[in-house]
Order: sequence, then C-alpha cells, then structure tokens
Amino acid sequence: MLRTRSPRAEPPTTEASRRAGGAVELRGVGHDFGDLRALDGVDLSVPAGEVLGMVGPSGCGKSTLLEIVAGLRASSRGTVSIGLPRAAGARLPACALMPQRDLLLPWLSALDNAALAPRLAGLSRAEARARAHPVFERMGLAGFERARPGELSGGMRQRVAFLRTLMADKPVLLLDEPFASLDAITRAEMQTWLAGVLAGDRHTVLLVTHDVEEALYLSDRVAVMTPRPGRIAETLGVPAPRAGDRAAAVSSREFALLREHALRVLAGEER
Amino acid sequence: MLAPAALVAALLLAWELAARWDVLADLLSVKDYLIPAPSQIAEALWEERELLAEDAWVTLREVLLGFALAAIAGMGLAVAMHLSEPVRRALYPLLVASQTVPIVVLAPVLVVWFGFGIVPKLLIIALICFFPIAVNAYDGLRSVDPELVKMMRTLGADRRQILRGAELPWSLPYFFSGAKVAIAVAVIGAVFGEWAGADSGLGHLILVSSGELSTSLTFAAIFVLSLIAIALFGLLSLVERRVVNWREDPAR
Repeated sequence: MLRTRSPRAEPPTTEASRRAGGAVELRGVGHDFGDLRALDGVDLSVPAGEVLGMVGPSGCGKSTLLEIVAGLRASSRGTVSIGLPRAAGARLPACALMPQRDLLLPWLSALDNAALAPRLAGLSRAEARARAHPVFERMGLAGFERARPGELSGGMRQRVAFLRTLMADKPVLLLDEPFASLDAITRAEMQTWLAGVLAGDRHTVLLVTHDVEEALYLSDRVAVMTPRPGRIAETLGVPAPRAGDRAAAVSSREFALLREHALRVLAGEER
Repeated sequence: MLAPAALVAALLLAWELAARWDVLADLLSVKDYLIPAPSQIAEALWEERELLAEDAWVTLREVLLGFALAAIAGMGLAVAMHLSEPVRRALYPLLVASQTVPIVVLAPVLVVWFGFGIVPKLLIIALICFFPIAVNAYDGLRSVDPELVKMMRTLGADRRQILRGAELPWSLPYFFSGAKVAIAVAVIGAVFGEWAGADSGLGHLILVSSGELSTSLTFAAIFVLSLIAIALFGLLSLVERRVVNWREDPAR
C-alpha cells in the first residue's frame, strides 16, 4: 500500500551504527497543556553516542519531552538543538522514536514492518527487505520474516519495533518505555539483548523508563526527573553500563547503592 | 445453521398447508391469486426461468454498477473530507441532507431527467449506497491511532505515505462494514428505480406480474431478488475476509 517516492540521491546506509550520533542539547525546555505545567526548565546535554536514561514518576512529562526532542511537538518554552556531525538539521529527520506500544502495522509481515523506513525512503519492497534482513536475523528473528505481528510474542514484537526504529537510519534514537508492556522475565531478556545491541553502536540514545534498574543497567548516565512539572532533579553517572552479565551487574553492591540513591531522589528525599 | 433452516422449513410447510389444504384455505380465506403456495412459487420459478434470469441479469447489472459508483465516490469523498477540514465542513452536512430526500420521490424525477435507460437506476442505487460507505470509511480514516501516525512521521513518511501506508489499510474494515450495509439496500434501490420507469428488470417484473394477478410469478421474482441480495452480501464478506486478512479475530 506504500507509495514510493523517488529514491534519495544518496540512499541511507544499512548500518546506522557506523554513523556517529548527534549531540542533543536542551535549554530551559518547558511545556504546558492549557493551565497544566507538564515540563519546566529542563536543561540537558547529551554528547554524541551517549545513552542517557531518564527515569521519573508517571505523568512527569517524559513522553512529552521525547516528542519535543523528536520534533513532533513544539515546546512552550526553551530550545532543543541536535548537533549533527556534518550540519545542524531539523529535528524530525534526525530522530527516530520508538513508542511505548510497538505499533506494528498488523497488515504487514514482521520483516516488512522492520523494513518500513527504507520503504518510505523510496526503496522497492525487495530492496527494503534485503536491507533489513541481515539485521533481522542477527536480532534472533530468523524464521519469522513472514509472520504477522499478531502471531509474534511480546518480546519479538518489541524487537521488530526496535529494528524498525534502527532501520530509520537516524543518528538519535528516542526509546519511550520500550519494554514496559513485557513481563519481568522477558523484560530482563530484552534488556540484555538491547545492551548487546547498544554496545557495538554509536547512536545517541534517550531511553525513557519508569524502571530505575533498567535505566541504570542500560545507560551511561541517568537523569532522574521530578513529578509534575517535570524537571531534572539529578543526573547520575553509571560506572559500568551494559555489562555482559546482567544478573551479576544489577546485584552488585555498587549498583544497589546507586539504585537506592536514585529511588531516594525520585521520592524527593534528596533534592 | 440448523435452527434457522428448521424454522424456515416449518414456516414453509405451514404456508403450504394454509394455501393448499382447501378446508384450512377456506377458513383463512386464502386465495391462490393473493398468496400462492410455496410449491406454486417453485413452479413459477421453474417455468419462467428464462424470463427471470433475463430480468435478474438486468437488475444485477444495475446493482453492481450502482454499487461500484457509490464505492468509488464514497471512498473518494471520505478521503477528501479526511484530508481537508474545509471540505469536511462544507460537505458533511450536505451528505446527511442527501439522505433526507426520499428516494421514492426522487426516482420519477430522475427518470424525467435521464430517460428510461440504466442511468436513473444507477443514480438511485448509488445515492442509497453512497451514504453508509462514505460515513463508515470517513470514521475509519479518523479512527487511526494518532501514535501510529507519529511513528510514521518519525520514520520519514510524508502525508501521502501516511494515508496510503497507514490510514487507508486501517480504514478498510470500516469501509467493508459500510459496503455490506450498502449492498444489502442496493437491491431495494434497484426496485425503486425500475418502478419509476423501466421495461425490464426484476422490479419491473414484480410490478407487471402483480398487476396481472400472476402472484406466483411476483413471489418468484421477489425470491430471486432476495437471493441476489444475499449472494452479493456473502460475496462481499468473502472479499472482506481475503482483503482484511490481518484481523486476529475475524467474524466467522
């Protein structure tokens, strides 16, 4: 059903990971919904290639913040800029957003869902599939190319959704609670899996989650947000992000202390 | 499936008895020319099969062409209203108003304008079918998950790609709901159209045969007419199941 546009002069590279991510700068970003102040004075500086976790209570404006960074929503106050290696570009072409729900298109096969972005960029169905397929297999989805999203498990759907985001070939990935809908065991598996993917990757990543452990395990730094109006309460450095052995990493004493600290900041005890 | 079949069989038997068994027929004052027995209708179906087939083809063609016209126009209007707020504000009230004009009144006027050919029939059928298709397809287009549209936009989709890649497929089940309602009433539209002026078709046959008191032929024509409606509805459901094949819980 997709109408193809004429291909770009320079087609996107298959491996976005080879390309350096763009630095993301937020200055005094605030947002109101009518009289409701959702976000206030958010300053954030994410260097290129960093994975920044963002945790906060529900309703603190995390998703809104991601939409603002993605350029899907204009902020009420403040500025967002994304410095690309070559040129400063508009935000929408620089960011790929992975929404909380997988939002796979039910009428497309798993592979076609993953290959959506190259297809939208003007490639033929066969070319788009050929481009997505190697990564599709590497993500442990081999054999499910033709399956419809309705036939996939929750973890597989999230992987397809993540691959779809990756295939957009954007320097900045915005992940909005990517594993919130999964059960605890699958979520732990997916965190290990994502850690592996991000380890060999140079994307700048903003990872929004309400799970402190997930943020601390996957990110280089974790920004803890306050309840509405959301602002950054504190930014914590993570000593050993994305360790190979997740179980050992999250049960280490250092990790536990960091988690306790983050939870105290979340609860507003140290502000 | 068994229960309705048994019910229909029982009703047909009662009908047959009431019409054929003299004692009961006299008691109920049932006359042949008022209510023919099912067996007499079956006889008429067989004896007049060539006439019925000829007229059925005329009506079927009107229904198919009128429905196709309505499907194209209805879908086109739905897309236009979806893409443009001014178009929606201008046309939606007119769309509703078009349904308040009684077709029975409109049919003779259309015959005066377009003659006794197929055109007025097509217009009447299209006018009836158009409304459920346009309204349902428009609701379908509007009901697309806004998060889905955002996702498409961050993947670089332009307005046209969002329409073709997300909104149109999303609205297909809605379109089919409207189309199934439309096809069921399309046959009624064809009869109205033929009553207003025609020299063939099942509606015409019903009018002529009832005027001649050959009631069994009238009933035979009505039978064929509803058979056409049921067959078309079934066919459309089949097409829907083939096209909208991603639903996890298809109505079976």
